[in-house]
Amino acid sequence: MLARLTHLDRLEAEAIHIFREVAATFTKPVMLYSVGKDSSVLLHLAMKAFYPAKPPFPFLHVDTTWKFREMIEFRDAMARELGFDLLVHVNPDGVRDNINPFDHGSNTHTHVMKTVGLRQALDKYGFDAAFGGARRDEEKSRAKERIFSFRNAQHAWDPKNQRPEMWKIFNTRVAQGESIRVFPLSNWTELDIWQYILQENIPIVPLYFAKHRPVVERDGMLILRDDDRMKLRPGEVVENKLVRFRTLGCYPLTGAIESDADSLEGIVSEMLTARTSERQGRLIDRDEAGSMEKKKREGYF
Amino acid sequence: MRHAMATKIEAAESVREYLAGQEQKSLLRFLTCGSVDDGKSTLIGRLLSDTKQIFEDQLAALERDSRKHGTTGEDVDFALLVDGLEAEREQGITIDVAYRFFATPKRKFIVADTPGHEQYTRNMATGASTADLAIVLVDARQGVLRQTRRHSIIASLLGIRNIVVAINKIDLVGFDQGVFDRITAEYASFAESLGFRSIVPIPMSARFGDNVTRRSDKMGWYSGPTLIEHLETVVVEEEATDRPFRFPVQYVNRPNLDFRGFAGTIASGSISQGDEIVVAKSGKPSTVKRIVAHGGDLRSAVAGQAITLVLEDEVEVSRGNLLVSPDARPDVADQFAANVVWFDEQALLPGRSYILRTETDQASATVTELKYRINVNDFAHEAAKSLEMNEVGVCNISTQSPIAFDSFAENRTTGAFILIDRISNATVGAGMILHPLRRSENIHWQSLDVTRHARADLKNQRPAVLWFTGLSGSGKSTVANMLEKKLHAAGRHTYILDGDNVRHGLNRDLGFTDEDRVENIRRVAEVAKLMADAGLIVIVSFISPFRAERRMARELMGQGEFVEVFVDTPFEECAKRDPKGLYARALAGAIKNFTGVDSPYETPENPEIHLQTLGKTPEEMVETVEHWLNERDLAEHQYDDGGGI
Repeated sequence: MLARLTHLDRLEAEAIHIFREVAATFTKPVMLYSVGKDSSVLLHLAMKAFYPAKPPFPFLHVDTTWKFREMIEFRDAMARELGFDLLVHVNPDGVRDNINPFDHGSNTHTHVMKTVGLRQALDKYGFDAAFGGARRDEEKSRAKERIFSFRNAQHAWDPKNQRPEMWKIFNTRVAQGESIRVFPLSNWTELDIWQYILQENIPIVPLYFAKHRPVVERDGMLILRDDDRMKLRPGEVVENKLVRFRTLGCYPLTGAIESDADSLEGIVSEMLTARTSERQGRLIDRDEAGSMEKKKREGYF
Repeated sequence: MRHAMATKIEAAESVREYLAGQEQKSLLRFLTCGSVDDGKSTLIGRLLSDTKQIFEDQLAALERDSRKHGTTGEDVDFALLVDGLEAEREQGITIDVAYRFFATPKRKFIVADTPGHEQYTRNMATGASTADLAIVLVDARQGVLRQTRRHSIIASLLGIRNIVVAINKIDLVGFDQGVFDRITAEYASFAESLGFRSIVPIPMSARFGDNVTRRSDKMGWYSGPTLIEHLETVVVEEEATDRPFRFPVQYVNRPNLDFRGFAGTIASGSISQGDEIVVAKSGKPSTVKRIVAHGGDLRSAVAGQAITLVLEDEVEVSRGNLLVSPDARPDVADQFAANVVWFDEQALLPGRSYILRTETDQASATVTELKYRINVNDFAHEAAKSLEMNEVGVCNISTQSPIAFDSFAENRTTGAFILIDRISNATVGAGMILHPLRRSENIHWQSLDVTRHARADLKNQRPAVLWFTGLSGSGKSTVANMLEKKLHAAGRHTYILDGDNVRHGLNRDLGFTDEDRVENIRRVAEVAKLMADAGLIVIVSFISPFRAERRMARELMGQGEFVEVFVDTPFEECAKRDPKGLYARALAGAIKNFTGVDSPYETPENPEIHLQTLGKTPEEMVETVEHWLNERDLAEHQYDDGGGI
């Protein structure tokens, strides 16, 4: 009697299938590695998909210079340990102009350092396919996106004119300069991600686990003061609170939550009783209505 | 402190237990479809809300959006939860499919909310292609509409066997049983021919939640399940692991010379170490040596698993081929009939070349014949010259190289394909294979050890098919006969296939209609191909009036083997010669479908050899052909001598 596949078995198989499809049909794929939990799952699946070979593509991190220090340490440790080819790109124009979330706001900062930075990197290396860890349950414009999502030569997404996507038959054909963003985790939910991390024992950045950390309350969010580039405003005090992060991004834009969940089980248990969605901790999604769709049309992941 | 620790450990255990329970739940993928404004998005919003899938911040955003774009007055507009694109919220319509996820204590669900507008049918098909059940919404005030029918037929073609007819907005007709009964009967009668296994009608109000997750207290006359009760319990087809093994090779993993693995996802059946398999396209057998996986080899694997197979033998396998069970093989053919749904603004045209893509294979393809279009209203089969956007039809398709497949009815993975435009790269159509053509079912390539090269070498000649085409009485048979005599005398191995002679035997069942002429040529071309494979120089002497069939014959043969010889004698001259007295009878109307009289002869555009017969003797023409053959063999030799060093 053969075992029935579990829900996670199926999700894993679907993601592996997608990885292989890209490797078989594109000339220059890349995986966008953002160091978060979804990227960690993606990395794990990529290692599985091509075993015993290494993934036949490099991993690109678009750094904004404002990521949590622990994320960068974790990134470099993973690259060393697994021996994958890590590319790091920082938008040199943004560095020159000292673009930062405090003086320029989350919108401009994200656009220059992430969206434009990503476009620069894709053009520089001439990648024709890029894996991302986005899930359809994250946000309602993501729920509309194909697994193989076409981008024109300007990296733009046209949500009103997506290619039909039938069965597991993916249209991977692109003309010169065009590309496809590929989302192997499209059908995973946040619970599936945590459950898989637990099942497979996948390493993640320690910031996901509760610990006493120096935080400042600002604009209704708890911000971890990761370095002294963050100046305190009058009346603000740094407090040592037991906190953790549900998502990771640029530290000044990512709110912590008060929590004592210091294990994966604790995180899952907390998540099951949560009454807010995970993107709530992200300042960038709330800036304006439909902001995620707008960013995606401009080339954001 | 000890107490706190103990609580934590207990909590961790209960989380693990909870997750283990989650893993045991089955998954149901379904879609909502139907006409515009029947309330599809509202229904999904209601399902998500009532199954507690909406977070507080999302609900707050929804209330904000409802005031801005909502169409439900003071109430929350649930459609805004799923209509995730700005254009959708502004226009109050659904443009593209949205995928949402929810779970109840009994089951997990992935739901595709698909658009009702006809112009976005391709997005509905996208959502339907991965679903096991369709909820077809019907507005109780409107009844069954054109889009209700179109979506039902597409769902049926895409292999969906379970339907829920959600008779929505029942509150707007006073919860009237008469309306429900009438729509139920109407749907049942039109869907009769669509092959659904179950059709479950449910009266509901998605807006107010009646019979969605909560039993309505306003419809005492309805005793069936609520929507969620039905979704939690409906039995859909499980991936049968006892079906024949199908493994589309997706990627050849070759990190070093010692490892060659074939990666892919098992489409059906199961596989174990030591099992025998066959490579579908070549017929070569082998045995599974290892099933490689990260973290240790597997002993066996089942449908749905993405694995890497290592075989015992060094067989030739590349992406696009299938590894299959030896005793239940798929079809391998380059022609088949299929249902096609067309997505593109530019209509499907028979004869135009598209890129056909199966899960892992790709080939150039043309629609050789559009057999009929299906009228979505009454399912009538209508003659058509093209298939417009959102239309459905049955086509014969021909691919440049053979593909391995099953019928879609047998296997949703190995029986499906998409068509891609060569210039824009757009996905223009989707197809579901019905059956192979040319009656090649159950015939598989036997792998043979003596190759065509070996056979030809033994005869010390290069095989050729000299295809003589021309009007009746043009002199084909005379020249062909004389040519064979000369080649034979020179020690060549030859054979003549003569039109009249073959019609006395192999083709005695065929007449002279266009269809029969096509079949006549097809058979002769196949016989000529076998003879060329055997190493012979084959002389074919057939009127063969149509370019398409001569092209078909050409494409059957190996590179450079097909030699078209146009025996060019004017019609008047042939009619004057009239060696068999046929022209006289045809011109008198006693013979129908006579080439040149009342049936066309399409002259060759680029024949290899053009014999203008007027003023030439048969000997001179034979010399022309011989000369051409010698030149070819000479060129071949030079190439052979120079190329090897």
